[in-house]
Amino acid sequence: MIDFGYNLNKDRQIDFDVNNRKIAQYVKKNEPTFSVCISCGTCTATCSAAQFTDFNFRKLMILINRGETLKLKNEISKCMLCGKCFLACPRNVNTRNIILNIKKAVDLL
Amino acid sequence: MNFNPFVLPFTVGLGFLLIMVIYRFIRWISKLPFVDRKKLWMGLITQKIFLAVKEIFLESLIHRKIFRINPLLGYMHMTLALGWFLLIVVGNIESRLYGGSELNPPYYPIFLRYFVHDHSNIPYGVFFANLMDFLLLFVLSGVILAYIKRAFSFIFGVKRKPRRKIQDIVIMITLWTIFPLRLFAESFTASVHGNGGFLTGTVGSFMSYLPHTNEIAYTFWWLYSISLGTFFVVLPFTRYMHIPAEVLLIFMRNSGIRTEKEFTSYSDLEVYSCPKCGMCMDKCQMGFAANIKDMQSVYFIQSVRNHKIEEKKLFNCMVCGRCQEFCPVGIDLNAQRMIQRKFMSNFVSSTFDYLPVISLPTVDVLYFAGCMTHLTPAIKKAMLKIFEHAKVNFNFMDADGTVCCGRPLMLTGKDIEAKKIIKKNEETIRNSGAKLLVTSCPICFKIFKEEYALNIEIMHHSQYLLKLVEESRIFLSQSEIKAVYHDPCELGRGSGIYEEPRKLLGKTVQLQEIKNSKEASLCCGGSLGNTQMDSFKRDMISADACKQLLKGNPEMLITACPLCKKSLGKFSTIDIKDIAEVIANRMENDKTIKESKEMVSV
Repeated sequence: MIDFGYNLNKDRQIDFDVNNRKIAQYVKKNEPTFSVCISCGTCTATCSAAQFTDFNFRKLMILINRGETLKLKNEISKCMLCGKCFLACPRNVNTRNIILNIKKAVDLL
Repeated sequence: MNFNPFVLPFTVGLGFLLIMVIYRFIRWISKLPFVDRKKLWMGLITQKIFLAVKEIFLESLIHRKIFRINPLLGYMHMTLALGWFLLIVVGNIESRLYGGSELNPPYYPIFLRYFVHDHSNIPYGVFFANLMDFLLLFVLSGVILAYIKRAFSFIFGVKRKPRRKIQDIVIMITLWTIFPLRLFAESFTASVHGNGGFLTGTVGSFMSYLPHTNEIAYTFWWLYSISLGTFFVVLPFTRYMHIPAEVLLIFMRNSGIRTEKEFTSYSDLEVYSCPKCGMCMDKCQMGFAANIKDMQSVYFIQSVRNHKIEEKKLFNCMVCGRCQEFCPVGIDLNAQRMIQRKFMSNFVSSTFDYLPVISLPTVDVLYFAGCMTHLTPAIKKAMLKIFEHAKVNFNFMDADGTVCCGRPLMLTGKDIEAKKIIKKNEETIRNSGAKLLVTSCPICFKIFKEEYALNIEIMHHSQYLLKLVEESRIFLSQSEIKAVYHDPCELGRGSGIYEEPRKLLGKTVQLQEIKNSKEASLCCGGSLGNTQMDSFKRDMISADACKQLLKGNPEMLITACPLCKKSLGKFSTIDIKDIAEVIANRMENDKTIKESKEMVSV
């Protein structure tokens, strides 16, 4: 491709035919605080795992809500469950239970 | 040969019970892992057996632990257990005096009064009649208390009672009827024959005005036998199975057998030894502070026994271990819960490839702050200040972010994953060549001690600071500050460290003694052991704990765990500090100490 000095972004449109909202529904059922998240990113800022890798819990929550769950299995296993995010969360989202439920949902669904 | 058809229900029931108990005992012993079985045999032939017998006497008969919790409740249990036991023993001795062979049928001592009416020629006959009456009265006083307890349980210090199953209610009612029936049967017989001890004789003399006493007596003997028989037949399927199970449990425990990481036959025995007394319910903060009533240890143990474990209830526990301290049977409730959690969580495994093994320069002391300490940086800063002040050759292992210690994963039952993190940390620690590992977080401290294969000394900072003070590397000045020390679960009940922090703080502040301290200490509500409870319930627990801690109006609340500091800090109306912060603030320069000493000498 000719380098014009700029490039085109990938299509960011959400394809609802492909997307899988089952995980979001499963997690929401088992841990209702999943829905009160405001994606502020405090969890990611305080995350122990994020110090060493590109684990981003905020992003994962958004992706799960949208149903984009392709790389989920690999990503979610980076969490060490230390619980700092739960203490830091301004919305009192029970993050540890959400992660455990995501892990379970990935296996089940 | 003395025989009457009414002895049949009792004899059949007793036979059934014996078969069931022997079958269970053989199963429990034969299924023990080899190591434990060896321990048990060693325990039976060494002096440990005397300790076991002593414990059985004190706990199974006298119920010492229940006496400590509530004397009236203890008395009630003692009358039923010790009283019944003595009735059997004395009854057997008495029946020997009345002749018969060595092979008296088992029902003979129980129904002795029916078969033998004349004790005038028997040596000590009157004495035994009165002694047996006294024992019966002793047991009956307990039965009356049991009736009262149904209606007014608060007198016995019982606030909450666990839900009972139908078979438990049946056996309880049977137990309530056994001794009154015995009293009536013996009294009516006494009234017919004009004898009896001080109790049955007196009651019998009243009865003698009634018509047909002989027939009534016979009916009561039947009822007495049926109630005994029913009790024995139902017993193996109810909570009363704890009576035989606890005896074996005490033998095994005294031989050094414990529930550890696997569900062994000993753990199964522990489950059967649970009397469903519900003492754990009254002690559970999630019950009395957060109004969660369906997950307490009593229900959990029953769910293990019935193989009906509900995941939500299993994980809805802070694993603070408070119930365990008060369990009259001494069941290792935390270990039981952790084992079941392991079975529940077998999903996506992690590799944690991304975690680094940090290479550090060789030092004497390695400091590991832990995740939670990074959330409460004041503790970290205080520790660094102290290290520098005491001129320690140290290194801050997780200065650039913590690799988790692995305990949070373990608390959710994911041992295999935790082991992977542990491996990484072990390597980092080994590479540093340090001789001492100091950590600020009791959660990390517990796992470092129990799961890490390290050949170095591991200390919580409260221990380490005490060591520094005792080695005169830092100096503390005494003050008049009134303070309360809060025992973190993982440090106190979890690791048994109660005295070091108190000794250290005693050197610089005035510690107040509070009601719920040491083994009875309250959980701050922040526990990582619970994944189910939301933060509103957690806050209720923290607020309640805080209120109880501050009852004596101290000026400062001191704890030794960053998580406790954070949870209690939300509700504390006074200054809350970690032990390290207190020491860092109260530390004096060597110079000022020397100067003040010189001034005194001048």
